[in-house]
Amino acid sequence: MLGFLVRRVAVLIPTFIGVSLVAFIFIRLLPGDPIYVMSGERTLPPERYQELIHQYGFDQPIWKQYVVYVEQLAHGDLGTSINTKRPVLSEFMALFPATVELSLAAMLIAIVLGIPAGVIAAVKRGSILDHGLMSTALVGYSMPIFWWALLLIIVFAGWLGIAPVSGRIGLTYFFKPVTGFMLIDSLISGQKGAFQSAVSHLILPSIVLGTIPLAIIARQTRSAMLEVLNEDYVRTARAKGLPPSRVIGIHALRNALIPVVTTIGLQTGYLLTGAILTETIFSWPGIGKWMIDSISRRDYPAVQGGLVLIALVVMAVNLAVDLVYGLVNPRIRHVG
Amino acid sequence: MKRFAYLMATTALALGVALGAAEAKGLVYCAEGSPEGWDPALYTAGTTFDFSSQPVFNRLVEFTPGTTKTQPGLAESWEISPDGLEYTFHLRKGVKFHTTDFFTPTRDLNADDVIFSFDRQGNKDNPWYNYAGGNWEYYVGMSMPDLVKSWTKVDDYTVKLTLKSPNAPMLANLAMDFASIVSKEYADQLAKDGHMDDFNQKPVGTGPFIYVDYQKDAVARYKANPDYWAGKPKLDDLVIAVTPDAAVRVQKLKAGECDVIPYPNPADIEALKSDASLTVMQQEGLNVGYLAYNTLQKPFDDARVRKALNMAINKQAIIDAVFQGTGVAAKNPIPPTMWSYRQDTVDDPYDPDGAKKLLDEAGVKDLKMKVWAMPVQRPYNPNARRMAELIQADFAKVGVTAEIVSYEWGEYLKRGAAKDRDGALLQGWTGDNGDPDNFLNVLLGCDGIGGTNRAEWCNKEFDDLVKKAATISDQAERTKLYEQAQAIFKDQAPWATIAHSVITVPMAKKVQGFVMDPLGHHQFGNVDVTE
Repeated sequence: MLGFLVRRVAVLIPTFIGVSLVAFIFIRLLPGDPIYVMSGERTLPPERYQELIHQYGFDQPIWKQYVVYVEQLAHGDLGTSINTKRPVLSEFMALFPATVELSLAAMLIAIVLGIPAGVIAAVKRGSILDHGLMSTALVGYSMPIFWWALLLIIVFAGWLGIAPVSGRIGLTYFFKPVTGFMLIDSLISGQKGAFQSAVSHLILPSIVLGTIPLAIIARQTRSAMLEVLNEDYVRTARAKGLPPSRVIGIHALRNALIPVVTTIGLQTGYLLTGAILTETIFSWPGIGKWMIDSISRRDYPAVQGGLVLIALVVMAVNLAVDLVYGLVNPRIRHVG
Repeated sequence: MKRFAYLMATTALALGVALGAAEAKGLVYCAEGSPEGWDPALYTAGTTFDFSSQPVFNRLVEFTPGTTKTQPGLAESWEISPDGLEYTFHLRKGVKFHTTDFFTPTRDLNADDVIFSFDRQGNKDNPWYNYAGGNWEYYVGMSMPDLVKSWTKVDDYTVKLTLKSPNAPMLANLAMDFASIVSKEYADQLAKDGHMDDFNQKPVGTGPFIYVDYQKDAVARYKANPDYWAGKPKLDDLVIAVTPDAAVRVQKLKAGECDVIPYPNPADIEALKSDASLTVMQQEGLNVGYLAYNTLQKPFDDARVRKALNMAINKQAIIDAVFQGTGVAAKNPIPPTMWSYRQDTVDDPYDPDGAKKLLDEAGVKDLKMKVWAMPVQRPYNPNARRMAELIQADFAKVGVTAEIVSYEWGEYLKRGAAKDRDGALLQGWTGDNGDPDNFLNVLLGCDGIGGTNRAEWCNKEFDDLVKKAATISDQAERTKLYEQAQAIFKDQAPWATIAHSVITVPMAKKVQGFVMDPLGHHQFGNVDVTE
């Protein structure tokens, strides 16, 4: 197990170097530069432009800029955002918990609803229930997110008035963040009603963000289950006279889950990169909107640093998924 | 007994909360974006100013609410020397900087604070010059380094500003956000503790509201400044919640989660107006959207050609389609809310036949040209692409073939400013200080060629008038000169003036005393709420 972990981490190192290089090049390939975007219609005099370009080191040859960037990276310094003039790492850390909280809530909804839906559809294959579930999944998968989000807001917050429109917690609650996770911080604060308020603010955005993963998981579970249900060992289990719940729940589902776990891992990694539309609509202060804003401002350090950090997160999630395989399926236990 | 004590405690708590709720007056403003930082001199975005300079800080001179005129701020009065070179400011006495949990002032505002506020932006030897990236964009953008010779302390409550040459817009510059007066005592304390960056994170000012807390990209909180020199604000608490989506802001306003919102979608405005629980305020913004010809290139060096193209554009149709009722036709290069706006100007009529004739007269046949369309939404133009398409169709009717080109925003700004730019450019401007010089000189003066003067237009007569107006301090006299300059502009037509956008601020009925600011700020110092 330990050997496996060491090998996997070793593989990650070149991947990480590659990502840092891509992040560096990607933002520089885009036309326009941060200084022009910053000055807007005002247009800087050429001397002032040169002065700023020099100050940020953008007049250096590109390889030199890369060397400086790698040196900083090696010291754990991700640079300073041109826009906010704050260290990129602290900017990221201020926003990332919100993204994690929303992503996990969304994945929870997707898993809790998606796997049973897929199992039911597979067991009742060809029935109206199967068709109904799978068409719903297709609709969920192809729905424009902003439209879906606004629809939910208008119905549940506007007409019915049972959910808040946006934000992470009611504005009457005020406490300093401790962990950055609103659910935890609201509990720690001890303020009456704060936790309920945080939960109620989390519901609509997680439904919206969880919709696509939910649809994907449901479809994936269904097809994996169908495959497994035809296997010999399932037939044997049935022939032994085991109750259907045990055959499906233990024998079939456990094996069917392997590809589903992969999907869940990939989807979680994807959600953790930040959900630009969901974050924007629900005024959710996460990293998705921050990254997009940084790209449009050509905030080189913020984009580079943000991409590197996101890559680290995705790699960590993938590593975790590999480890979970072993728990789901003993045949893939990692031997050291 | 235990149970009784618990009951008493909860009752007391509930009572306290209820009483507190009845007493404390709060307002939630849902802003369209986040503050980039908290030191107003480092930034140029209006969104940032709504969070920082407007609630927290003051300036020597302030804009009178609802106008672009100036009135005394931290300076109670001032004198300008007859040659226009020396400004002597007399500071208000007894002005307190905010007491917060991170700073307690030991003295009142004095001349040192004023000198420091400007010196750090202009003096490379000031230890604060390079803090937070040392980017004094607005100070540089308003040409302050070229205008200011020195700031000197006469005594504790008197400062003298000496200019290199007379400059009438200077007072307006000093009312701008970058000229906010910061605390030197606080700066010294942070420098001593090695926390200079906090100066851009935890602001201390003299303004109506005291900064309490900011959660990045989520919410900023303020409380009323009990010692405010202009009187304690009527609100006890101000909350600014970051709400980037315009449709969501409207929903939050309706649901009572916001009391005031900026920039609703044009399509939502009618519904907002018909909602009995809301007040909708509207005013022309301090901006102009235009199509600038490159007057250095043939055949656009001929005023007749430019005039003809202006006559080919069906302006009203464009405004209806692109602004959806949130724009008004522009006939002058400055907006109607600005002093010296020339009422008598007659706009170029929409006359395709006349345009064709004029083109023939100029000897122009089968003209092919480019029209540049911005890739982004701007306050003065919500959809440049659509606008360009409509102009293209209008030009086609007079036999002019237009090709629409666009670049990514940063690139667009760079290429659009170049002297050899091929084609007419859609662009615009939002005023900085409410002074006509900020439009007429910056956008159309000879110095702006290759930069802010996107028409690359240099007309000596116009330039002389505008330059002269900047050296005179009498506003009536300046108005005359600017009106003459606008007449020349209309006659020479370096731009097709297209529109001034209308700014809309919807708010809950209970919000009282909100005044729309032509400069685009959202201010709550004089606002009250009635339950």
